[in-house]
Amino acid sequence: MAKQIELRWHGRGGQGTVTAAKVLADACLSGGRYVQAFPEYGPERAGAPIRAFNRISDHVIRMYGPVLHPKVVCIADATLMDAVNVTEGAPDDAIYVVNTSKDPEAVRAKLKAKKSQKVYAVDATKIALDSFGRPLPNSSMLGAICRATGIVEMPVLLENVKKSFGKKFAQKIIDGNLNATKRGYEEVKEG
Amino acid sequence: MWEMMYIAAGDRLPIVMPLVNRALSAPLNIHGDHSDGMGARDTGWIQFYSENAQEAYDNTIQAFRVAEHLDIRVPAMVCLDGFIVSHSIERVEYIDDDKVKKFVGKFKAVNPLLDLDKPKSYGPLILTDLYHEYKRAQHEVMTKVADVVLDVAADFEKMTGRKYELFEKYRMSDAEIAIVVMSSAAGTTKDIIDEYRKKGVKIGLIKPRLFRPFPFKEMANALKKVKAVAVLDRADSFGGYGPLYYEICGAVMSLEKKPLMINKIFGLGGRDYLPDQAEQVIDELVKIVKSGKVKTVKEYIGVKE
Repeated sequence: MAKQIELRWHGRGGQGTVTAAKVLADACLSGGRYVQAFPEYGPERAGAPIRAFNRISDHVIRMYGPVLHPKVVCIADATLMDAVNVTEGAPDDAIYVVNTSKDPEAVRAKLKAKKSQKVYAVDATKIALDSFGRPLPNSSMLGAICRATGIVEMPVLLENVKKSFGKKFAQKIIDGNLNATKRGYEEVKEG
Repeated sequence: MWEMMYIAAGDRLPIVMPLVNRALSAPLNIHGDHSDGMGARDTGWIQFYSENAQEAYDNTIQAFRVAEHLDIRVPAMVCLDGFIVSHSIERVEYIDDDKVKKFVGKFKAVNPLLDLDKPKSYGPLILTDLYHEYKRAQHEVMTKVADVVLDVAADFEKMTGRKYELFEKYRMSDAEIAIVVMSSAAGTTKDIIDEYRKKGVKIGLIKPRLFRPFPFKEMANALKKVKAVAVLDRADSFGGYGPLYYEICGAVMSLEKKPLMINKIFGLGGRDYLPDQAEQVIDELVKIVKSGKVKTVKEYIGVKE
């Protein structure tokens, strides 16, 4: 079987979660792998719970449709742990990466995560506010995911964050997001 | 624009149109299914269906050569699944622009309207006297398309190493049962077929690429050793069977020993086609071969009850 890793993102409309999934796919592509990134399209409203998915593989990916058993679950908004079933289908060796101001032990308890599952916590929103003044946690989440999963090399991720944000934003915002990605990587805690 | 498509084909205008397949209203829904493509089935256009972004890209490049081929000059549409493929990011191998330009070649205008020395009339009124013959001519030209498609595919393979045929056969050489399905659902089905193959189930898949004109003879040949076939349609003809099912029935008609056939309607309005649906279909095919009987020919799968 091909070496393949599947991720599921939980976020709220307007937080940049779909962009984060796309940037991650681009970054993994740079390593010569096959990738997929796609959101679940519903009525698009700011603040509504949304899901997005990634598949990263050494071989051609033929499977379409949502990821049912995500090895990595990225939760960009901690309130979603009360709103939707974020643990659905997660295997025994799943990795959770959660944007929260709480410590990882509290998140582990909240998720009722199994011992064999890993839980990482990062205050991605605070990092974003510090770095570029807006509560958009996607770039700091990407840094945290990079650290928690080792799915991509940090310099490659940074290059792709720069490329993605460089299309739309001023240098100050790009620099802020690069800083947020680095801080997400450095400040994420396992518990 | 529906009748405009008939006009493009009737006037033999070699237009290439990507069609991002989607559901039709009502109720309002623009997610991926094949309702629009199947509605355009009888317009006289060539139709290619693509499994993924790579195939959509490759088919589009080839479609120019096919549509503009001087033996046929027929418009061609290149279909890909709306949202499922169109709004996903995935890896695609690009070809250099220069190579693509060389491959496609220069457009040659045939009987151009702007040739003032030789004035032309397009879209004239033809009544009972010759309309019937005109339509037969359109049918005749369609019989030449498959050869052109294969010639172009051979050239494309020389350029890229990527092989295209009229349809893709996956693990069919010793298959006893088969699923026929188009576009992205074929990819998902292949993964499930691999799992069943490990368990010893002799299942294969056929993924039509050229849907219009439909390669009946070649399809019959590909299915001649199979005992049971499930045709999966991502569109319905209400009160009839799914459109792809009719084509496969038409193909196997010529076989002395016909396979048992079932038709599943799936994935309408972007409903996810999940592995368990493919599993359900394969399990049913295994049962049909054992019992020699089909319980229900046409059924919806992936339905919330």
